[in-house]
Amino acid sequence: MNIEQNNEEKFIKLKEKSTPSEKLFELMLLFCASLSVLAVVTITIYLFYRGAPVIFKVGVNNFIFNTEWAPLSVPPSFGILPMIVASITATICAVAFGVVIGIMTAVYLAELAPRWLARILRPAIDLLAGIPSVVYGFWGLAVIIPLIRKVFGDDNPGNSLLAVIIILSIMILPTIINLSETSLRAVPIAYKEGSLALGSTQLQSVFKVQIPAAKSGIIASVVLGIGRAFGETMAVVMVAGNAVQMPESFLSMVRTLTGGIVIEMNYSEGLHKDALFGIGVVLFIFIMIINLVLNKMLKKKVIR
Amino acid sequence: MNMRTKVIDRILKVFIWICTAFTVSILLFIVVYIISKGIRFVNWELLSTNYSSYKRTYGILPMIVSTLYLIGMTLLISTPLGILTSIYLTQYAKPGKVLSSIRFAIECLAGIPSIIYGLFGLVFFVQTLRFGASMLSGALTLTIMVLPTIIRATEEALLTVPLSYKEGSLALGASKRRTIFKVVLPSAITGIISAIILSVGRIVGESAAVMLTAGSAANFPKSIFEPGATLTVQLYYMATEMPKIFHPTLTAEDLTYAIATVLIVLTLIINLSATFTGTFIKNKQIGKGK
Amino acid sequence: MNKLKFDIKNLDLFYGDQQALFDVNLDIYEKEVTALIGPSGCGKSTFLKTLNRMIDLNEECKIRGTILLDGQNIYDKYNLVFLRKNVGMLFQKPNPFPMSIYENVAYGPKTHGIKSKKALDEIVEKSLRNAALWDEVKDSLNKSGLSISGGQQQRLCFARVLAVNPSVILMDEPTSALDPISTTKIEDLIDELKKDYTIIIVTHNMQQAARISDRTAFFLLGKIIEYDNTDTIFNTPGNKKTEDYITGRFG
Repeated sequence: MNIEQNNEEKFIKLKEKSTPSEKLFELMLLFCASLSVLAVVTITIYLFYRGAPVIFKVGVNNFIFNTEWAPLSVPPSFGILPMIVASITATICAVAFGVVIGIMTAVYLAELAPRWLARILRPAIDLLAGIPSVVYGFWGLAVIIPLIRKVFGDDNPGNSLLAVIIILSIMILPTIINLSETSLRAVPIAYKEGSLALGSTQLQSVFKVQIPAAKSGIIASVVLGIGRAFGETMAVVMVAGNAVQMPESFLSMVRTLTGGIVIEMNYSEGLHKDALFGIGVVLFIFIMIINLVLNKMLKKKVIR
Repeated sequence: MNMRTKVIDRILKVFIWICTAFTVSILLFIVVYIISKGIRFVNWELLSTNYSSYKRTYGILPMIVSTLYLIGMTLLISTPLGILTSIYLTQYAKPGKVLSSIRFAIECLAGIPSIIYGLFGLVFFVQTLRFGASMLSGALTLTIMVLPTIIRATEEALLTVPLSYKEGSLALGASKRRTIFKVVLPSAITGIISAIILSVGRIVGESAAVMLTAGSAANFPKSIFEPGATLTVQLYYMATEMPKIFHPTLTAEDLTYAIATVLIVLTLIINLSATFTGTFIKNKQIGKGK
Repeated sequence: MNKLKFDIKNLDLFYGDQQALFDVNLDIYEKEVTALIGPSGCGKSTFLKTLNRMIDLNEECKIRGTILLDGQNIYDKYNLVFLRKNVGMLFQKPNPFPMSIYENVAYGPKTHGIKSKKALDEIVEKSLRNAALWDEVKDSLNKSGLSISGGQQQRLCFARVLAVNPSVILMDEPTSALDPISTTKIEDLIDELKKDYTIIIVTHNMQQAARISDRTAFFLLGKIIEYDNTDTIFNTPGNKKTEDYITGRFG
């Protein structure tokens, strides 16, 4: 049976007719996938619904730049600048420290370590990555705080910005090491060989050829580290001292944005509780900006 | 190679060694310190009795149960959801607005800090949906937290399945759905199991979100609607409040070290399982066994 | 002369805007071996895939023309599952599933509804015998399909195809990844099987085509240059380009 082609329809439609059950299945899959979108949208909406009105009531400038956080006084004051400063300072310092040590360790694992050693160290670092944050916080309480008091004098409480920075740097190490090492190892051997063949030393090849080649992965690991440090709650709260004050030195007690939310949540009510959600909104915006900006930077660098 | 290069090289190498040594020693320090101070208190009594300051028993059984409850419930919901989403993303979705928005959403979910999840869980599950501080609220919150992990890892696993398996199956007349469930998914099982184990690790280690949604009551959750402090939440409580313990030999400090030890050992077990299950299943598939 | 199995008329194929097949006309006869030869990249494998609609998997692909199987247009209201059951395919690189040998062969019949263990056992044994693999694996049917050698894997894939009882077997360079001994085994198999199956084989190896096929089509840049009995093609080719290719002047 020869079929005449329709002249308007030059091409035969290749799409196989899905059976209704196949179509239903695909729809169900799409539904599951959309739940993620639904989740993000719901979370964002709820957060802003609960937290944004307070910010506007108190006044955006007032909320963000006021240095006085006194929710229980009359009249209450909701300035979160000290917490913002604490979070930013702690994150920047922790990341600076963590990135340097982390990348160097990644270089060691990827390039310098003898195979047997690398095979032991990698799971060890994975272990570090898996340890719950409260355990880090507890260790900070038990070891770091007394150490700080010993070094800087007993009249210091020990709980301080410095303690937060130390704990955070340790916590983000595995993140940075893992991803950076994977990126380094993914660099084609040809690059390394080319560099060595031109007379460079091993380390010169690493720093001048391999690290730049692994740039996007390394930057991604740093972004992840920043996100982790900025968003960490429990470990920070355990060692920070949690006084809401503009940090005067590294030994001052501080409260981060994350700590600000969790500490008063249980006994707060009304406007106070809403203000905590307001802190959540600010935190959320910060994290989104960090992720978006740095990911854009990443894309630009890669395309270039 | 001139003198200057040699010197810089040397200095750099030393610096690298120092950094690595720092990383490794910190790890050892933390793990050894805590385990050495806590292991002697980890005994059967600790693991099997209830925590009741009234009855003066200080076991962590309720916390273990709460943690297991959360793990079980969370995995029950998030695993199928995550796998089905990954199947959609890798086998059915066409490039376009829909696909990019779903991917973007997953990226966002992965980046949200746990405290925000805790806030959301508190507002949505605990209060709006009236589930109260409970295992249910905790599990639902954890499900969303853990979803990106499962999706990403499963996606990766699915993408490593050779196209030739799919082609072979389709060429025999099998439908796309059958090909996915009978050939593609089974091939990717190693990655999927890793994803699950990774998620278990995350659930065990989570504290902020769980505290706000599953509560910090040290009781034994008898149903999904009851609250219960997990191991991490209990550790937080003990480390920061150091409550009075009326026990002949134990101090609050001992107990805290004990809980921390249990958590570290758990983490170790979870990590080891991930490595070994992966190799075990892979070997079975290529026929190193029978 | 044998019956006409495939009747292909005026087949054009496009990948996006690039045309890959130009006005292909071919008559494939039943229970014969038809070889498709020609330099790489000139459309032979693509053409093969149109015969069991595996090109449907490629989103950018567009085709024009008619392909009749036993007189029916396979692109018009033809049951896809039945088509692929009826027209089996062997790929260049052996691709057994990561399952046991038994499960590999039983996969097809199970897909098409055969559930009884007894029936499946029979089909598995028969297919493995016809693929000349039974004696080698009969005691280790539970071993993974990936644990046997390349040549055995290809014969396993053969058994897999035979298990769904096709009438046509398409082969896309089935021995190019195999060693000479396995190649000979597969070629002997083809010789045996052509009594019952229509076989269309794409091959780079001209000696192979000359050895095993009844008819040969010479493809060049998406067009069929010449199509005739194998003897004629290889000994007295009508077209100069055919002759150049056969004698190795290019390709």
